[in-house]
Amino acid sequence: MSAAAQGLVRLPVWRARFVLAVLALAFGVLAARSVYLQAMRTEFLQERGDARYSRVIEVPATRGRILDRNGDALAVSTPVKSVWAIPADVELTREQRRKLTALLAVEPAELGKKLSSAKDFVFLKRQVPPDTALAIATLAIPGIYQHPEYRRYYPGGEITAHVLGFTGVDDGGQEGVELAHEATLGGKPGSRRVIKDRLGHIVEDIESIRAAQSGVDLQLSIDGKLQSLAYGALKAAVEANRAKAGGIIALDVRTGEILALANVPSFNPNNRAKLTGAQLRNRVITDLFEPGSTLKPFTVALALESGKVTPATRVSTAPGTLTMAGYTIRDVHPAASMSISQIVQKSSNVGSAKLALALPRESMWDLFNRVGFGTAPALGFPGAAAGKLHPYKSWKPVEQATMAYGHGISLSLVQLARAYTLFARDGELVPLSLVKTGAAASGEKVISTETARAVRAMLELAVQPGGTAPRARISGWRVAGKTGTAHKQENGAYAADKYIASFVGFAPASEPRLIIAVMIDEPAGSQHYGGSVAAPVFSQVMQGALRLMAVPHDAPLDPIPADEADEAREST
Amino acid sequence: MAKLNLLLLAVLVACALGLVTSQHKARKLFTDLEREHNRARELDVEYGRLQLEASTWGLHARVERIATGALGMRPADARRTRLAGRDASR
Repeated sequence: MSAAAQGLVRLPVWRARFVLAVLALAFGVLAARSVYLQAMRTEFLQERGDARYSRVIEVPATRGRILDRNGDALAVSTPVKSVWAIPADVELTREQRRKLTALLAVEPAELGKKLSSAKDFVFLKRQVPPDTALAIATLAIPGIYQHPEYRRYYPGGEITAHVLGFTGVDDGGQEGVELAHEATLGGKPGSRRVIKDRLGHIVEDIESIRAAQSGVDLQLSIDGKLQSLAYGALKAAVEANRAKAGGIIALDVRTGEILALANVPSFNPNNRAKLTGAQLRNRVITDLFEPGSTLKPFTVALALESGKVTPATRVSTAPGTLTMAGYTIRDVHPAASMSISQIVQKSSNVGSAKLALALPRESMWDLFNRVGFGTAPALGFPGAAAGKLHPYKSWKPVEQATMAYGHGISLSLVQLARAYTLFARDGELVPLSLVKTGAAASGEKVISTETARAVRAMLELAVQPGGTAPRARISGWRVAGKTGTAHKQENGAYAADKYIASFVGFAPASEPRLIIAVMIDEPAGSQHYGGSVAAPVFSQVMQGALRLMAVPHDAPLDPIPADEADEAREST
Repeated sequence: MAKLNLLLLAVLVACALGLVTSQHKARKLFTDLEREHNRARELDVEYGRLQLEASTWGLHARVERIATGALGMRPADARRTRLAGRDASR
């Protein structure tokens, strides 16, 4: 019986083998493909897969706040929105355009120009307040988007403008403390990878790529109340004397901290639309001026240190003038002779010039150099001026004589105020700080305690009746200080009718706590003397400050008589 | 043999369901965490805004203006001041 007979077809063996081979081949191809995808292209494919649902998002970092010494906010960043658009995608109805223009507070023409530009990206407006931003978002205009940003607010406005400086539109420091402490104040935004669902909610945190570092808060040495008081008094004085500008600085004698620092004219850092260079200048730190008579105490201190004279030694000042190399030094109150104390009290140019000429010029240069003239103060403040102190080898005798009363040398108000710590701290010079330290600073001994105390007594005489600044006195505390009235230099020559009136002093004289230096640039009123222009600012601020700081009284609380007859005048 | 397989299958299904549940819980907790983080950030912003407001309202110049203007206050006159204290009884 054959197979055919049983109805069975006998297939050739090769056909079964062929099918098997094809199947095996197909499996082989699949295996190879999967090996290729899994092993060779795995990275690319995973990346593609991740891109479908995982996102890198930015974690915003806030800029550190700036606080005053009592913890009150001086500068705070709050979130705002930037409104931007892809012009090609924007479709506006007439109604929407009207609302958008109103919300953004821009000119309709300007908005139209921005929206018709060929760019892919335009900012419609930056730093929009959150509520306005929300209103814009509810208009739901296609092609208009928002981006979160920070904006810095300065509650103190023009009062603290020069100390703090300001930040740019991207919240980076551009001036003042904001710039000086950019490294710590500025935060570093972080980023992390997350998985988002279809609706955009984050469902899983995969990894933190970079942790966000928020800026560190900075506590300044500035006292908000004292700052406000100083600015207010200075501004009133600059206006009353029709002066061009003014500056004031208050130092804590024990710690070397700057408690107040203000300039006029100032600006509003919250609205910097129209700023001039004059408004922006931090005169106290960056501007140099010839200090005039406020430098006389240093000449006197040096003379006392030399041991050749005592405060009672009399110096011949007749006839009230001194002519050297064709240049005449004059006294406003000529006298035949004066004691060293009287030279400071009456602010005698001739007397201090004679004292200086009896001293070696090296020692004079050395003292000026050691109290920091000619060296920029180490405040870490941008643009701090160093001042001009010429090397003593180039000094001619007449220069040495004029330098004795503060001409031919230039410095900034902050340098001058710091130098006075010498007399307020028994001969020590302290380093200054704009950041709160709270601890007593250790100073560098420059002159002896005896000399410092002797000069302090003279400075106290200068504000008594018969001195140059009786108007610096305050009720309840003993005050010591020195006036300055320097001619301004213009094009290399001294201008006859342009002055810089200044006053530097400290109180209470029995145990000084506070140094205040005031400078008024070009007073154009009826008065131009330091004693009548700058000293009243000093007394006003000093009195308020001592009361604020609850400094114990060291004098009876008698009212100060407003008697101007006893006021000595000065010409430098 | 078949019984063991069925048992293992049941265990497998249970484990799988457990995994799904725990994943769901983890995601839910994470969104909660996220929400709290956002709240913390918002509160911080709010704190900054309040600090700003406090500084603005408490501005020395404003306090002084109100004290002298609306309330008619002025610094005590020296003649009307008496010092009290252990050593300052003048």
